[in-house]
Amino acid sequence: MRNQLRVLTIGILLTLGLIIVACAAPTAAPTSAPPTKAPVVEPTKAPAPTAVPAATTAPAATKAPEATKPAATSALAAQAKKLLIGFTASQTGAQQVASKKQVEGLQLWLDDVKKAGGIKLKDGTLYMPEMKFYDDESKTDRVQALYAKLINEDKADFLLSPYSSGLARAAAVVGEQNGKVMITAGAADDVTMEQGFKNTFQLYTPASRYLTGAADMLMKIDPTAKKIAIVYEKDSFSTSVANALKPYAEGKGLNVVMFEGYDTGSTDFSPFINKISATNPDAILGGGHFADGTTFAKQLYDKKTPVRFVTLLVAPPEPTFKDIGDAAQYIIGPSQWEPQVTYSAESAKAANIPYYGPSVKAFTDAYVAKYKDSPSYHSAGGYAQGLLLQKAIEDADSVDPAKIVAALDKMNLMTFYGVIKFSTEAKTHGKQVAHDMVYMQWQKDASGKLITNIVWPLEAKSADGQLRK
Amino acid sequence: MNFEVLIASSIDGLTLGFVFGLMAMGLTLIFGVMKVINLGHGPFIVMGMFAVLVLSQNLGINPYLALPIVIVLGLVTGVVTYFVAVHRVINAPELTTLLATFSVNMMLIGALTIIFSTSPRGLSLELPAFRAGTITVLGTRVVAVLIALLVTGALYAFLYRTHIGKSIRAVANNRSAAELMGINSTWALALSFGIGTVLAMVSGALLATLFGFTVLSGGGLETKSFVIVVLGGLGNPTGALLGGIVIGLLESITTIFMPVSYVPVFEFVVFILILLFRPNGLLGAR
Repeated sequence: MRNQLRVLTIGILLTLGLIIVACAAPTAAPTSAPPTKAPVVEPTKAPAPTAVPAATTAPAATKAPEATKPAATSALAAQAKKLLIGFTASQTGAQQVASKKQVEGLQLWLDDVKKAGGIKLKDGTLYMPEMKFYDDESKTDRVQALYAKLINEDKADFLLSPYSSGLARAAAVVGEQNGKVMITAGAADDVTMEQGFKNTFQLYTPASRYLTGAADMLMKIDPTAKKIAIVYEKDSFSTSVANALKPYAEGKGLNVVMFEGYDTGSTDFSPFINKISATNPDAILGGGHFADGTTFAKQLYDKKTPVRFVTLLVAPPEPTFKDIGDAAQYIIGPSQWEPQVTYSAESAKAANIPYYGPSVKAFTDAYVAKYKDSPSYHSAGGYAQGLLLQKAIEDADSVDPAKIVAALDKMNLMTFYGVIKFSTEAKTHGKQVAHDMVYMQWQKDASGKLITNIVWPLEAKSADGQLRK
Repeated sequence: MNFEVLIASSIDGLTLGFVFGLMAMGLTLIFGVMKVINLGHGPFIVMGMFAVLVLSQNLGINPYLALPIVIVLGLVTGVVTYFVAVHRVINAPELTTLLATFSVNMMLIGALTIIFSTSPRGLSLELPAFRAGTITVLGTRVVAVLIALLVTGALYAFLYRTHIGKSIRAVANNRSAAELMGINSTWALALSFGIGTVLAMVSGALLATLFGFTVLSGGGLETKSFVIVVLGGLGNPTGALLGGIVIGLLESITTIFMPVSYVPVFEFVVFILILLFRPNGLLGAR
């Protein structure tokens, strides 16, 4: 018997080992981002841009710089100076799907710049960006080695980040050590941007603000709501979101009646939901990633939990969330960007800030035309990365890194991706301070079909937020 | 503390416990008959989940009506696995069979990942529910309990009432003696590995009707099966069912009293206590 027990114990240890191995990939998952809806496709082999039909990209170049006379394009391009933009992409590994979307967005930006003849300074100097990237295999150590190579061997002029917080953090450290300007996308981690970096600029809304807008929205659409339950997956991303939400909600006068994390990999929320029900909250905010978020929403629905407002991280923006049927209705989710957002030159004017770059529709149409798939927020982030660099070069009227940093510091504008402004405080320098999450909600259209609508912020909404019944 | 919440959670735990019990029964049966700890148990559970998913989503078969197909599939998978991975090492030291089934585990997870990726999946299945205040008893859970009981009953009838079942028990008791009595022990062992796999796959199929799942869901469920098996008594199917119910209830009731992330810790503390004070399990001989 003792022998059997020993074998059993070894068996359990092996199983636990297996679970840890199996969980290794999800743990390395982005602290920022949900999986995309894009199907896994073969990684791009060559960074070289593909030609895009003129008709499809024409609208995308709406707000391109003044020197973008299409007729002169080829002649100008011939005189243009090369501007090497280096980054790594996860063509393999855990981040492959989202990273691919990000690179696609960036590629689209490059196509638009090439079509416009390059980036022109006031003295007539033309710069033509070129991309150089390597496969980082979604691994931090590869990122560090490859960014060093990009800087030292390839002599990259500017850097962009790989996708996901973990990889972007690794890249940012190398970039900072070498004094290279880097614009990050796909990286929402707060801590990375609180280290007093001088040359790194964050495009994504930081994790700490993922759900604060949901609290604002709750108070707007349901002023009687007082009690909220914050329940979240106990991984670093969701925990930091929840930790930031609690004081914010309390500061707004909401009563946090439950604040509790659940383990990554939880499959049954029934007893947990019973416990939540006992506190009788008006709203539930939190969640974690896709699998737990969908199960949680489904079980809330099955149990007919009388909560009027539910916002969950990561899962709702995924198109496959609607597979849970009616349980998806009314569920709200934060997203960095959605194709339905209504950022425009007019809304920029109303907010008294300049608008730069293509319109939301121009970007979306061009993306769909090129990739035959709708853009995710990762794609939008990729495009916006390039667009910001372009704007900074134009504002600085130079490619000198110090002047580019100064231009980025001063930047306060609206793009199709939303409002962009960076922190200029020493400790949080480069952290994103203006970009807002948009909140989408699953609603039913007139025919009873589940659709998503942007419900917050008000200036970007495509429909009014609805309370659960 | 709200009494209604306690009742609601107890019902949730109890219903889930039956399925856990069925799941652990597969593991304990294989161990009881051939002293093999099947580390391929997790992937077999997952195979049950995906079998019912493919049958219902791609072929349009009702998940419950798909169960007979899952049973046949499980039997074939189990028997094939036995001959490929276990048979040749059945008399080797226990660590060898452990590693053999661990290899099966790795290969199955790899293959399933290639086919299905690790994206979360779920069945869209809705049955009427019984409600009273905060107490909700979902139809899917009631059906899962009934099927778990039915399968357990069928297993016992098979083992105690049929000739083949009796052969399996004879082989479990004393393989050499059984062979001397003319029983083909190889087939008895293969069949019991097949039945163990059937139990894992059916429980997987039932769990798929309750929750979302991924290719990697098997890991946690396999560990849970180990805990249940030890709790109920190694090699004892009734013990496994009881262990499943105890674990289901423990999980749901402790959730009310402590932060939900402490529940697994509590569960493993119970596991260690059982190992220390009652190593043969609740229903095992002292």
